[in-house]
Amino acid sequence: MKEMKFYGTALPSIEIEPYSGKLIVIEGTDGVGRSTHVALLRTWLESAGHAVLDTGMTRSILAGRGIKDARAGHTLGRLTMQLYYATDFADRLENQMLPALRAGFIVLTDRYIYSAIARAVVRGADPDWVRAIYGIALVPDAGFYLRVRSAEELAGRVLASGRGFDYWESGMDLGLENDYYDSFIAYQKLLLKEFDRMSGEYGFQVIDASRPVKRVAARLRKSISRIIDDESVATASTSREIVKTEMREKGRTAVGTTSMDSAKSEAPEKLKSA
Amino acid sequence: MISYGYHRYPGRLFVVEGTDGSGKSTQLTLLYQWLKSEGYSVFFSEWNSSPLVKDTTRRAKKRRLFTPTTFSLLHATDFADRTERDIIPPLKAGAIVLADRYIYTAFARDVARGCDRAWVREIYKFAVKPTAAFFFRAPLDVAVDRIASARPQLKFYEAGMDMDWSEDEEESFKIFQGKILDEYDHMVNEFGLTVIDGTQPIRAQQRQTREIVSRYLKEKLKEKAVLAK
Repeated sequence: MKEMKFYGTALPSIEIEPYSGKLIVIEGTDGVGRSTHVALLRTWLESAGHAVLDTGMTRSILAGRGIKDARAGHTLGRLTMQLYYATDFADRLENQMLPALRAGFIVLTDRYIYSAIARAVVRGADPDWVRAIYGIALVPDAGFYLRVRSAEELAGRVLASGRGFDYWESGMDLGLENDYYDSFIAYQKLLLKEFDRMSGEYGFQVIDASRPVKRVAARLRKSISRIIDDESVATASTSREIVKTEMREKGRTAVGTTSMDSAKSEAPEKLKSA
Repeated sequence: MISYGYHRYPGRLFVVEGTDGSGKSTQLTLLYQWLKSEGYSVFFSEWNSSPLVKDTTRRAKKRRLFTPTTFSLLHATDFADRTERDIIPPLKAGAIVLADRYIYTAFARDVARGCDRAWVREIYKFAVKPTAAFFFRAPLDVAVDRIASARPQLKFYEAGMDMDWSEDEEESFKIFQGKILDEYDHMVNEFGLTVIDGTQPIRAQQRQTREIVSRYLKEKLKEKAVLAK
């Protein structure tokens, strides 16, 4: 059992009580393989007898459809988009994630507030503003950041998946470049930078996602099995691992208080003036 | 992102606020007619009117999907779309925008529903600060009577039935409106709302409103005269 800890102002009408589940976040930019790994983890966890809930952006009953319709029309303004996503997040938090965590589920979330923050910030939103909105978010038990080395690599993956470039994933609304490819590269570069910046702020466990799927999956399993039985692990782990865990904890405690300011001044100049 | 108080546009933004049944919409319609007849280009912007969000809101109300937090965030989404589409562009073009309900409605309702005061204010930080915001203040019993006689059936969220304050709709509505009125009263100083006594005759209220609005319009004409030189 663990106490619920929120990044900022907690939700009203929510009882802050200990929960027995685990909230595990899989983050990363578009095309990095998040959904593949969530699916693999789910199968693995379920076969080990753990109840799993998986969730992700735009999957709320309340706002999912509205967001998809608005995206299809390409008429979604920047502020409107951020708040629509926040609504979707809040609905899933209150109606899916928190109830599942209380019931002892392992909640796997394909993206969390960090993607939303990164997207908002590269679009020129005030970093403090987005962070304050997402103050309602529960601090997860672990956040894994699947990191690739370059935006070009992401582009290759998107093409290999057969999906091709999507308007929003390419950041076409930003008007950075004239065509989808150049825009995708420019936009994803901004996102990668933003993720790297958040990595320390939120204490992500960074995983090199340029490696083969199998190796990334093995790495995730290893870390997650440790989180699931953390009581038994605390005594069994080597001293090196304890140090690592402590460092991670330090990174995380910094979140609620000081870290909000750190990303503030660094919105890309190009966008600030836009 | 430009935040509250820092937007600079040639247009003017007037907003009306007040509890349900305070008479604010009537006053805004009269103001609109007058400004039109004076030859100004006037835009009207209503609460809950974003085409991107409307269907979601309607469905959520019907199926009772809201919590205080999602109620607050979806209304903020709607307001953001209005700001980006209906409020900032006409203000940039030098028009007059009239808004029936503005951010203060959200502050009053969401806080009455238990949302954190500072959190709700932070969400709406992107809003344009109005040229003047009128708060039509009617005592609770007057407003409740007006609504009860005008509408046979109160809606679920309108009556605050989601909050379990009372099993009785009318009782719940009264409790809700009372909390909202308290919040408005707190905001008078915080945001410099212009209070108009909503128990006065309609014409008297309108005269007062026009007198205040015209102060800002004269100023605008002066600006134009300077530019012409």
